[in-house]
Amino acid sequence: MMKFLFDRDTWQEVWDSMTKNKVRTVITMVGVWWGILLLIGLLGAARGMENSFNRSFSNFATNSVFIWGQSTSMPFKGFQEGKRVVLKLSDAKRIEENVEGIEFVVPRNQSQGFVVRGMLSGTYNIAGDYPLLDVVQKKKMKKGRFINQNDIDRKRKVVAISEDIYKQLFEKDEEPIGELIRINNMNFQVIGIFEVSNFGGPQSEMHIPFTTFQQIYNQGDKIGWMMITGKPEYDIKQIEEDAKLILKNLNKIHPQDKRAFGSFNLGEMFGRVTGFLVGMQFLTWFVGIATLIAGVFAIGAILLITVKERTKEIGVRRALGATPFEIKRQIVVEAVFLTLIAGLFGIITGGWILIALDNAFGQGDDAQIVNASVSIAIVFLALIILVILGTLIGLIPAFKATSVKPIDALRDE
Amino acid sequence: MLKISQLHKSYPIGDSSLHVLKGIDLEVNEGEMVAIMGSSGSGKSTLLNIIGILDDYDEGDYTLDGVVIKDLTEKKAAIYRNKFLGFIFQSFNLINYKNALENVALPLYYQGMKRKERQEKAKYHLEKVGLLDWAHHLPNELSGGQKQRVAIARALAADPKLLMADEPTGALDTTTSYDIMEFLQQLNDEGKTLLIVTHEEDIAAMCKRVVRLRDGVIMEDKIVEQVRAATVNV
Repeated sequence: MMKFLFDRDTWQEVWDSMTKNKVRTVITMVGVWWGILLLIGLLGAARGMENSFNRSFSNFATNSVFIWGQSTSMPFKGFQEGKRVVLKLSDAKRIEENVEGIEFVVPRNQSQGFVVRGMLSGTYNIAGDYPLLDVVQKKKMKKGRFINQNDIDRKRKVVAISEDIYKQLFEKDEEPIGELIRINNMNFQVIGIFEVSNFGGPQSEMHIPFTTFQQIYNQGDKIGWMMITGKPEYDIKQIEEDAKLILKNLNKIHPQDKRAFGSFNLGEMFGRVTGFLVGMQFLTWFVGIATLIAGVFAIGAILLITVKERTKEIGVRRALGATPFEIKRQIVVEAVFLTLIAGLFGIITGGWILIALDNAFGQGDDAQIVNASVSIAIVFLALIILVILGTLIGLIPAFKATSVKPIDALRDE
Repeated sequence: MLKISQLHKSYPIGDSSLHVLKGIDLEVNEGEMVAIMGSSGSGKSTLLNIIGILDDYDEGDYTLDGVVIKDLTEKKAAIYRNKFLGFIFQSFNLINYKNALENVALPLYYQGMKRKERQEKAKYHLEKVGLLDWAHHLPNELSGGQKQRVAIARALAADPKLLMADEPTGALDTTTSYDIMEFLQQLNDEGKTLLIVTHEEDIAAMCKRVVRLRDGVIMEDKIVEQVRAATVNV
C-alpha cells in the first residue's frame, strides 16, 4: 500500500481524472473548503469574543453580589412599613462570619464630592473604601498606588483618583502623586491614578480610606452598600439569599420583604453571558460540522455521478486486468486527496479570515474580538474527521463501480 | 489451447430465464484464426464474453491454456484476463483522457510493470502498428482506423495467449477494415491465436476457420481458404 501511495502512476491517475473533470473537481473542493472555512472562521470568532469578554472581566471577582439598604414594604415586629433600612459595619461582619462560601465582604460608602484644584473644579463620586476593594475589583493603576491599611489605620486624607479627573484637574504630563486637591474644602493628597473599566458594576471616580470617609461625613457605623464575593465553587445566588436573610434578621425586617434590600448580582449576570458564549460555541460547532458533512456528501454524490460516467472506462480497465481492489483503491485515493487538499486550503483561508478579523476588530484595549484563534488540535481533528469521511464517502462510489460486471460496463453504450 | 465442452448459459429475465448457450463444444489450437459468426441473439457475444472471462457460465467445462476457468473470484479473473487475453472492441474503448502511449501501457500497469519498462514496451507495440509518431496524441485526435490500431497495440502489449476481437471492423469503412484485417492476419502469421466475432462474410472469409452459431448451438464449424486482405481490391 505504501508503495502504491508513493508511486508516480497513482498520482498520475488522480491528476488525470481531476484535470479531465475540472468542474467536478472545483465544485467538490469548494464544498469542503467552504465547510472548513466556516468552521474555523466561526470557531475563531467565537473564541475571540470569549477572550474579549474574559479580558474585560479579568479585573473583577465575577462571583459577587452588591447589596444596599432601601426601605421596607411590610410591617414587622411593631415597625411600620416604609422604614429606612441602613446597613452597618457590624452587618458586614456578621455576614462574613455566618454565610457559607463567602470569600470577602467589602463594605463601602459613597457620596458626592466637590473637588477643587487651583482654578479648576468639578463634582465627582467619592467612595470610602478598604484596600480589599483592590482585590475584588482590581484597580488598574496608571500611577502610584491604591489605599492601604496604613491609610485606614491613620485615617489619612489621601485619595486615588480616576484618569478622567486627573485629565481635568492636571496639566498634561504633570506629576500628580503627592499633589494636594481640595475635596469639600478639605485637602487630600493624591496617591494614585487608576483607569476606569467599562465592566463589572458601579464604579467610583475617587477612593479615599473608609475610615477617613466615616469621619468627614460623620457616618459612624453606617455603610452605603457592600460587595460580597463568593468562593468559586459556591453559588452566588444562594449566598445572596443567605446574606439577605441574615440582614433581615439583624435589622428586624419581615423575612418575606422583597424591597428592603436592593442588590445587583454580578455573578448571575456573568453566568448569563458565559452561558450565551457557550451556546454560541456549540452553535458554531454544530453549523461548522454540519457544513463540513454536507461538503463531504457533495463529494460523494459527485464521485458517484462520475463513476456512472466512467462505468465504461472502469469496464475497459477491468477487461485489461485491473482487479476490483485496484479500482476501489484508485477511487478512494481520489476522494481522500480531494478532501485533503480542499481541507488544507480551507484551513489556510480560514486562517486568513481570522487574521482579517483580528485586523478589523482585534486592535486596541476595548476590542470586541481578542486573539481570534483556533487550536491546532482542533484543526487537526477537523482534518482527520474530514479524511475519514472522505474515505468512507469514497468507498460508496468505489463499491458501486466494482459491483457492475465488466461486461455490462462495456455494453453500456 | 482453448477447450470448451457442453457449455450452457442462461440469463434470468424476470421470473423465467433465457437459455442463450445450449451446449457448445469448441476447441481452438495455437496459431488458429477463428471467425465466430451469427446473427444477433445467436449467442456469439455471450460466448465471447465467457471465453474472455468477462462472464461466467452455468454448466460445462472451459480450459484456457491448461487452466480450468470456473467460479473465479473477480481478482483471479482479472489476473487471468491480464495474463491470457487481449481484447479488441468494436468501439475501440480507449480511455479518452490518456494519450495513445498511455493507453497501450495500461495493461502493463496492471501487471505491475515498472514505468520505464512499460513505456519501452508500449512504444515497441505502437511502432508495430505504425503509430509511434502518434504516441502522444489523445484518442480524439486519431482517425477510427488509428484508434483501432492503438487498441490492437494495447491488446498486444501484455503478450496474451489469445487475441479476442468483438466486431473489430464494425465501426470502420471497408478500406480501413481491410487494413485492420491485413494487420490481424500478419499477427496470425507470426503465430498469434485470434478469435474474431463478426457478422460480415468478407471479414469471416479472411480467417482460417469459421464457426457459425444459431440459437445457442454451433451450426457449422469449417476450415476455409483464407482470403488475404492485401490482395483484395476495394
